[in-house]
Amino acid sequence: MSFLKRLFSKQEKETLDHGLEKSKSHVFSKLAKVFTGRRVVDEELMDELEEAFITADVGVETTMRLLSRLRKRARFEAYMEMDELYGMMREEMAALFHEDNRSTEAYAIPKHAEGPHVILVVGVNGVGKTTSIGKLAQRFKEQGHSVLLGAADTFRAAAIDQLKVWAERVGVPLVAQGMGADPASVAFDTLQSAVARKSDVVIIDTAGRLHNKRGLMEELAKVRRVMDKVVPGSPHEVWLVLDGSTGQNAVEQAKQFLATTDVTGLIVTKLDGTAKGGVVLAISLQFSIPVRYIGVGEKAEHLQDFILDEFLDSLLPERLIEGLDSTDSES
Amino acid sequence: MFDNLQEKFDRAFQILKGHGSITEVNVGDTLKEVRKALLDADVDYKTAKEFTQRVKEEALGREVLTSLKPGQLLVKITHEELTKLMGEAAADFRVQGKPAVILLAGLQGAGKTTHAGKLAKLIEDQFKKKVLLVACDVHRPAAVDQLKVVGESVGVDVYAEPGVLDAPGIAERGLAHAKSSGHQAVIIDTAGRLAIDEDMMREIDLVKAVAKPTETLFVVDSMTGQDAVRTAATFNERLDFDGVILTKLDGDTRGGAALSIHSVVGKPIKFVGVGEKMDALEVFHPNRMAERILGMGDVVSLVERAQQVIDEKEAARLESKIRKNKFDLEDFLQQIQQLKKMGNLKDLMSMIPGMSKALKGIDIDDNTFKQVECIIQSMTPEERANPGIINPARKQRIARGSGKDIQDINRLLKQFEDMRKMMHTMTNGAGGKRSRAAGLSALRR
Repeated sequence: MSFLKRLFSKQEKETLDHGLEKSKSHVFSKLAKVFTGRRVVDEELMDELEEAFITADVGVETTMRLLSRLRKRARFEAYMEMDELYGMMREEMAALFHEDNRSTEAYAIPKHAEGPHVILVVGVNGVGKTTSIGKLAQRFKEQGHSVLLGAADTFRAAAIDQLKVWAERVGVPLVAQGMGADPASVAFDTLQSAVARKSDVVIIDTAGRLHNKRGLMEELAKVRRVMDKVVPGSPHEVWLVLDGSTGQNAVEQAKQFLATTDVTGLIVTKLDGTAKGGVVLAISLQFSIPVRYIGVGEKAEHLQDFILDEFLDSLLPERLIEGLDSTDSES
Repeated sequence: MFDNLQEKFDRAFQILKGHGSITEVNVGDTLKEVRKALLDADVDYKTAKEFTQRVKEEALGREVLTSLKPGQLLVKITHEELTKLMGEAAADFRVQGKPAVILLAGLQGAGKTTHAGKLAKLIEDQFKKKVLLVACDVHRPAAVDQLKVVGESVGVDVYAEPGVLDAPGIAERGLAHAKSSGHQAVIIDTAGRLAIDEDMMREIDLVKAVAKPTETLFVVDSMTGQDAVRTAATFNERLDFDGVILTKLDGDTRGGAALSIHSVVGKPIKFVGVGEKMDALEVFHPNRMAERILGMGDVVSLVERAQQVIDEKEAARLESKIRKNKFDLEDFLQQIQQLKKMGNLKDLMSMIPGMSKALKGIDIDDNTFKQVECIIQSMTPEERANPGIINPARKQRIARGSGKDIQDINRLLKQFEDMRKMMHTMTNGAGGKRSRAAGLSALRR
């Protein structure tokens, strides 16, 4: 499977062992059982598909929609090669995603005449914002960009320290004030410093906020306004970090953050567990936002480009038998 | 909390309106919607299926025995089944042993460190025991610092060994430290880990073996999707935990995990985290939760919360003041401040039966209070004691001082006067608790 191959191309043995163990749970997912051999397309099959989608957190509405599309296309009450049905299913799922995700180009940092490329990272508590920023910093640095981090999470205890550890580990500068400082002021300082240093990329961490806390959401709007004053047009990107194990609430999170901050991309973390992140389908159906990265582990290289085919593979493994063969031969 | 689920249940039960009896057909339609609502709330797929099946059987079986309308009957059965699903009675939480040892475990970002602090506060406040927090999260950068800050904010000691990577060792020495320094309870914070991460699971096995906890609690984010039960089950196989802390229930989460974990794993939910403040931790009562989900309110919890923050003597003093019609703006200010301590206003109001429907779509801003506080604080003590003396000149000064318009001052004074009248009439019949509710509704306008 491509997901496995990917891990193999990464050098580390340790990564590899972990990865294998984890991806097996993907291979043996419910859908694997559904798509084998040749069988009648009937209500029972539809029920199995429904269960598979829902247990992958795809959500009721999106599942119903996918299944009704499938009903229209498939030959109901007739025998069908499951491969063919699976192909249809995948097309329908892929169609839900933003066009950026359907192309194979990875995200590249653009140049701006006015200053650095500014990325604001937002999300609810505990989704992995700070960790993702550390990983992003390493990635962009390796691509040859000069990176500056801004610690505007001045609320959570020790969030600044956590980002500091990452900055040191990766070897990039960090702008911070004390705990309880005004996040907008930190953002302001960071951007000024970035302009002075001529940094290529600025990534700003923010405090986790539950999306239904209005005051905090307004604070975010203020951070944005301040940024625009220092570097016109910034932030160029607002990335919303979602925990891959979150269920249907992620849709609500996306909705609320979109309403206040014009989210331009998603980072889905913690996909190395048994969670499948199927809610991304529901989000893609409702909002037009591309998924930029996925997090599949604790190390910096475990933040990977989102590649739609691979993601769909992990939801619906392509031909169980082939998938198993490659697992065996590779391990 | 649970708003979404509640709304959908309501809509589902509407289907039965106008039907004289429960039939296979109409109950089927209703339960299809109920099932959808449950799945949308991230209730485990199998649990949802079995739940609706049980409700259906109950409903069809009981039909002839009761005079309730079909809608009411179904709500009643759903309430019973929901309660059963979540584990009937509230589970015991004991702080026993010398010292009592509580081990927290869970995935990354579930809220372990924050809840270590909340639990410490709860044990100190309600069990009157001296707590030591032990920092065994040696993996996440700055996790130890976070626990120290949390400990400081609740005034609880923290045992940490910065830079040391041996979690079981820290647990062992932390425990020894607790014994020698007279701490009666120890809470061990551990690193977040995936249930399938063998190395990390081995680490927590070791911590558990060394610490011999009297309570092992699994901490889980209430926004977790279908994976919640799987993760809980895996953790349970390894750790055989005693109960669950469900966190972040103050979001608009639909709390599916609350409904599934008990029935799938067989372990009770003991606490729910309902806010960012350190006292936002509640004991979980399945029955009351079922009532909240069905929009029946939860008066018992409301009264309990009030009792936690309201000082009895103070309440008696206020009551006598109200009786004598001497209730003044200063008292009003104090009441507001007490009310604020009870937590998020919308949450509080939704515990009043029937309120949650009325509140739907209304955004209650906790800042409403701030405005009132601000105005009262711009008054002199004489003005507060005797609002009658506030003349136009004084009003202007107060408006300037609080940054509000004269109209705002007028409105507040009028509300206060109305409230005082109402309180006076009420207290001649009823007790002090009612007057508090009256104050609330006057504030809502």
